[in-house]
This record gives sequence, structure tokens and C-alpha cells, in this order.
Amino acid sequence: MLGALSRNRPLLALLRGGNGGDKAASAALWAASKRFMSSDNTITVREALNSAIDEEMSADNKVFVMGEEVGEYQGAYKVTKGLLQKFGPDRVLDTPITEAGFTGLGVGAAMYGLKPIVEFMTFNFAMQAIDHLINSAAKTNYMSGGTINVPIVFRGPNGAAAGVAAQHSQCFAAWYGQVPGLKVLVPYDAEDARGLMKAAIRDPDPVVFLENELLYGESFPVSQEVLDPSFTLPIGKAKIMREGDDLTIVTFSKMVGYALKAADELAKEGISVEVVNLRSIRPLDRETINASVRKTSRLLTLEEGWPQHGVGAEICASVVEESFYYLDAPVERICGADVPMPYAANLERLAVPQIDDVIRAARRACFRKEEKKQATA
Amino acid sequence: MAALSSLRVVVPQVDITRGASGAQGAHSAGAVGDKAFFGLRSGQRLGAEVGRVTLRGCGVAVPAGNVRATAAASKVVKEKAKSEKAQLLVTKEEGLELYEDMVLGRSFEDMCAQMYYRGKMFGFVHLYNGQEAVSTGFIKLLRKEDYVTSTYRDHVHALSKGVPARQVMAELFGKTTGCCRGQGGSMHMFSAEHGLLGGFAFIGEGIPVAVGAAFSSKYKREVLKDDKADTVSIAFFGDGTANNGQFFECLNMAQLWKLPVIFVVENNLWAIGMSHYRSTSDVEIWKKGPAFGMASAHVDGMDVLKVREVAKEAVARARRGDGPTLIECETYRFRGHSLADPDELRSPAEKAHYAARDPIVALKKYLLENELATEADLKSIEKKIDDVVEDAVEFADASPLPQRSQLLENVFADPKGFGIGPDGKYRCEDPGFTAGTAQV
Repeated sequence: MLGALSRNRPLLALLRGGNGGDKAASAALWAASKRFMSSDNTITVREALNSAIDEEMSADNKVFVMGEEVGEYQGAYKVTKGLLQKFGPDRVLDTPITEAGFTGLGVGAAMYGLKPIVEFMTFNFAMQAIDHLINSAAKTNYMSGGTINVPIVFRGPNGAAAGVAAQHSQCFAAWYGQVPGLKVLVPYDAEDARGLMKAAIRDPDPVVFLENELLYGESFPVSQEVLDPSFTLPIGKAKIMREGDDLTIVTFSKMVGYALKAADELAKEGISVEVVNLRSIRPLDRETINASVRKTSRLLTLEEGWPQHGVGAEICASVVEESFYYLDAPVERICGADVPMPYAANLERLAVPQIDDVIRAARRACFRKEEKKQATA
Repeated sequence: MAALSSLRVVVPQVDITRGASGAQGAHSAGAVGDKAFFGLRSGQRLGAEVGRVTLRGCGVAVPAGNVRATAAASKVVKEKAKSEKAQLLVTKEEGLELYEDMVLGRSFEDMCAQMYYRGKMFGFVHLYNGQEAVSTGFIKLLRKEDYVTSTYRDHVHALSKGVPARQVMAELFGKTTGCCRGQGGSMHMFSAEHGLLGGFAFIGEGIPVAVGAAFSSKYKREVLKDDKADTVSIAFFGDGTANNGQFFECLNMAQLWKLPVIFVVENNLWAIGMSHYRSTSDVEIWKKGPAFGMASAHVDGMDVLKVREVAKEAVARARRGDGPTLIECETYRFRGHSLADPDELRSPAEKAHYAARDPIVALKKYLLENELATEADLKSIEKKIDDVVEDAVEFADASPLPQRSQLLENVFADPKGFGIGPDGKYRCEDPGFTAGTAQV
């Protein structure tokens, strides 16, 4: 018993916040303690989210989780697995099916100094609570003249899943991305999930954290740094996943994976694609987007949501406004079909972008290939 | 009783134009000084039987006749203690405090109307005239750190909670010295210092927020082990809100988790031009509490002393940890819904009936009859309030408008936002970041 305690002490000290010990050794110790970790540091997005929430709850006991099935059911998508056992029912609350009520309750608790993480089973259900997301969370810091802030995180799966039809498949990135007062994050891989979740929990403003159900089970290799409890990512900074010279693809969430696969295919044809993973819809990293377009001269935006007033529309507008003279081809927008999501499997495939669509649009954009331009930003 | 078709005008159950002395069950207006009744005990079976219980620690009594034959058994009636000398409900200091607060509310709102018609105030302005007893009766029992949420009719809640009249008036004028720096306005009064969490334009929006503040209080006590955390929160809202889904969701959660929140329905019978009787299937709002297992009461909201008695018990229950209470206050607004409302649908007879029950006049009468104050005392209070309100107007007039740069301020609490600290580096690179907060 005592032996077990003394083994855990350095681990606990590490989890309570870095103490200047040997970083690599302590990270390795931490990694070894997590049974799900394989030896080559690959974790799933689900594990990344779970560990991020777990660590933040350990570090700050004002953080708590609430939502439907987050406790005893271990999370509708198992993202909150194990948290009830570890932190107890006072900090992991199973709520009744009352989105408007419990979202407002979370906002009130945040106004009073706690740090809630509100889970929506999917963001479609958040439409029943959107009044509180916008009117009491996003707008309060402004309406109160800066005296009352709302440090709350709203998280859950967003966008299309598989065969769940119209009311369960909407992408809300464009809707929330329009609202001043919200920070909107869209992680892709495990590193994004961990870093952005930690940043979101620590942030003093309301954060809408749009995950993707189909990405939860995907594994990604992560570095030791990512596994460290103090790892966070800055909010508002995009990541260049892959460098290229001929075409910029700007995208987020699951579509980043599609863009990377398309880029591999296009490389065989001699088209070198730069893939920008937005990570953050609001604030949008216009600097990174425009710097990339000024380098490649061609833009392709890729998203699963509907085309009109979508995220791609904003990116295209931003590039046309700021980098018009650098463009060698019209901007290309790939979006989901302008229909509610159909149920039939073949129709559903037609309603969301596929890798082939990306490849074809990329070839179209590269039709007038000019000499390479210098990066100017 | 209620019409099945909305095409017919619904006759209210109670004839409100009858004189104040009639005993008419739940809607009766007793004389000032009559005790309020407090119906609760949701655990009892519904049925025709009504029990009689003395409320613990509270010497309050009610006239035995005030029971509706068809009422649910969850209402409990107390025996009236007929005594030679009327039991005084307030001390002199308390009485004068209540009087001053109500006169402040009334004068302030009257001044708002004047300023609006002179163009100093604009947009939507909803005045509270006539309902002062509810705000004063409840809020004057709270501590500074207790929380209040309200709707758009929030000026007087702000004043009762302690926000200085100057700051409220400046906010209404849209000046930078207002309590929200001019960024909130009439419908969005917030004050972190005084525990006013809004000011919400959407009815029903403030209720979950108040429940959340109550949740925080309980969380601090039980999870963060802060024994002194026993703050209470009150949500004020109207009869129209009592039909809204969020209200029911909150009744459920508050009772389920026994949160220290009080739901106060200011039933002024009208939601803009929609009569309560035309829009509600069961007009007795207090009855919605027992459906969720919650203690509830109905009280005459034109009588500040009755409201105060009921409020005392509700606040004490919440602080003890006994859970939420739903209180329906029968009240009335003397003016229209807002300053833009022509107020054509309410009958003059109804308005006259309630004007005769003006809470300020009633309290004045009580204080004088029971020799708790003299005319001179009350006159000096009125004069003092006139000065306060005049001063507030002058202050607001003289205050500057917000500067242009203020337009983009306060969108986020994190000033540099976007994960970048004041030194320009990414926050995640800061060695102190593991401390767990972005506060810089």
C-alpha cells in the first residue's frame, strides 16, 4: 500500500502542475501510467478529449461537467468515461433532457465563478438551448460593460455522422462562427483535441467546441509534449498540416483528413498542395490563410456544412479582399449539398464532400498553372 | 370557467372590481397588516382535505376563511390569531427602509417616463409602477452577495439590490458612466458588485441563470467545502413567462437538486396585451410548484408587508438547504407594458381597482396608523428621494457618451484573446500557465 502511494506521488505532483522536474522523464512516467497508451504514443481523439477534461478537472475543482448521460452511462459517445467514478456525482452531473434549462443553468453557474463544461449529445440538440448560448453566454460580457464574464465550454459532436439523417447531421460552424462573444473551436486530430480542449477550459470566455463523432475513434500519433498536462494550443491560430506550393486547401475537422488524402493523390500528378487546418472558426486565422494563398496563388475551401453563408464563404471573401492580386484562379468552394441530409446511404455520400470531389476541384483550380510566387507574409 | 375557444372573452374567476373587504379566497385583498398565508407541503396527497399546521418558527396567522373549496390539498392554512392588539410586522427602521425603497422605485420610474418623452432615453423602456411591493419585499431581505435575475422590467430590481440610482440613470441615458458602461441599456442591467445578474430581454431567460447561480452556491458549499457559501438567488418574472418551457425545466431541476433559488412570479395579469386568463389553461400559477414537488405560495403583491413575510420564510428555507420555493404575487402595473404601449385593452375599472391598492399608500397608512412614523418622517424621505432622483438625472446628463473605441471593447474577457498573452507570446509557452487560469 505504501509502496503504491510513493510510486504515485511524483505522478500526482506532475498532474497538479509542472514543477520544473525533468520534463521528458515526467512525461514518460505520465504516459506509462495511462493504460490505454501504446508504446509509440498513439491515442484516439476520444482519449485525447477524456484526458484533457480529466486533467483540467484535477487541476481546478471549479471545473465540472454536465450533460445528458455524461455520468453513469459514461458519456453518450464515451468521451466522459471514467469521470464520474473519479470525481463523483457532484462534479459530473447527469441532467434531465432539458437543454434550454441546463444550458442556462450552466451560464448562471459560470457567471457566479464556476467553470462548467456543458455537453450536448449532439450540437443539433443545442438548438433548443441556442438562446442561452448566444444571448446569455456570448453577449453578457459586452452587455455588462466587461464586469461579468462567462467562462463556460459547450462541447459535443457536430456535423454529419453516418446514416443519422436530417435532424442529427447539421454542421453549426457557420452559425456560431458569426457571433461576436463566442470562441468557436474545431479540432481535427488528437493533438488538436487535447490542446484546444485545455485552452478552452482555461479560457475566461464562452467557447463552442465542435467535435466530430466519426473522428472520436481515430488514432493519431502524438509527441511527448502533447501528453504533458500543461500542453495547450493557442486559440485563433491555424496549423499548416502539409506544406505545398501550388494550391492551398483551407479546411477543418474531419475534412482535414480528406484534404490530406487528396493531397497525397495530387502529389502523384505533380500538384503540390498546402493543407491548412483552421482549428478555430472564431477567431479566424486570416493571416495564415492569406499568407498561404499568397504563396500558392490558388484557394480551395472545404467543409461539410451548407454552402450559403458558410465558413468557406467567409474564407473566400477574406482572401478576395486581402489577397486578390495574388490569385491565379477563381476561388473554389467545396461544401455539403444544399439539402437536409438524406437518409439513403448513397444519397448521403452524394450530400457530403468526398475525396474525389477535392481532387477534381484541385485539378480545376490548377488549370492555369503559373510560375511560383514568393511568400510575402 | 375558462373558455375553450379563444374567440370568447374569458371572464376571470374572481371579480376583481369588488371591494377590498370581501373574502374571495386566493385573490382576496385583505387590509394591510393582515397576515399572508403560506401554502406548502408538496408531499401531501392531492384531495379535498385541507389540514391546518402552524409553521415552524413563524408566528404568522391567516384568516380561516381564505381557502378555496376546490384548492389542492397541498395548500396549508393557518388559524388566525385574533388578538386585541395587532401584531406589528415591522420595526420603525424596517418600515422606513421599505418606504424609502418603494418611493425610490416609484419616483425613479416616473422620472424615466419624463426623460423618455424628452428624448433622453430611447428604445424599449418598461416601467415598474405599482409593483414596488414585490421588489422591495423580497430584495430588502437579501444580502449583497445574494443574486437576483430579472426581465426587461428591471430598473427597480436594480435599485432595490443597491445599484446606485446615478448608475442606473446613466445607463438608461446610454452614457459611459452607467452600470454597464452604456453597453447594456434598459433591458440589460448587470452589476457584478451588487449581485444583479441581469436584465434579460427574453422572458424566461433569467430563470435558468438564477438557478445556475443557486447551483454554484450549493457546489461551493458541498464540493469546494466552503461552509460560508449559503447565498440565495431569486428569479423575478411575470405571468406570461409562467407558460414558457424553460420555466418548467427549471422548476424540475431546482427541486430535483434542492437548489437555493426562489421563483417569484409577478403576476400583473397582462403580458403586453394578452390577458393572463386568455393565455393560460390553469390561471393559478402557484399550483405549478406542487406538480414538481415544490413548495409554493400565493400572496397579495400589493402589500409589501405580506410579501415580506412570505419572502422571509422562502429565503430562510433556501439558506437552510430545504430547496426552492415558487411564489406567485398578485400585482399590477399602473402604466402600460412599455412607454410605447397605448394600453388600450385594460379596463378602466380594473385600473381603478388596483390604483386604490397602491402599495406605497398602503404602507404609509400602516406606518401612520401604527404610529411607527410621523407625516414629517415620511415627507422627509420623499424629499430625500426627490433629491436623489434629480441628482441622478443631472449626473447622467453631465456624463460623457462612450468613446468610439468602446464599440469594440468587452466582447471578450480575455483582452488579447485568442490564446495570446499580453507579452505577445502564446499562452501555452508561459511556464506559469499550468496554474490553470488565463487571468493575466
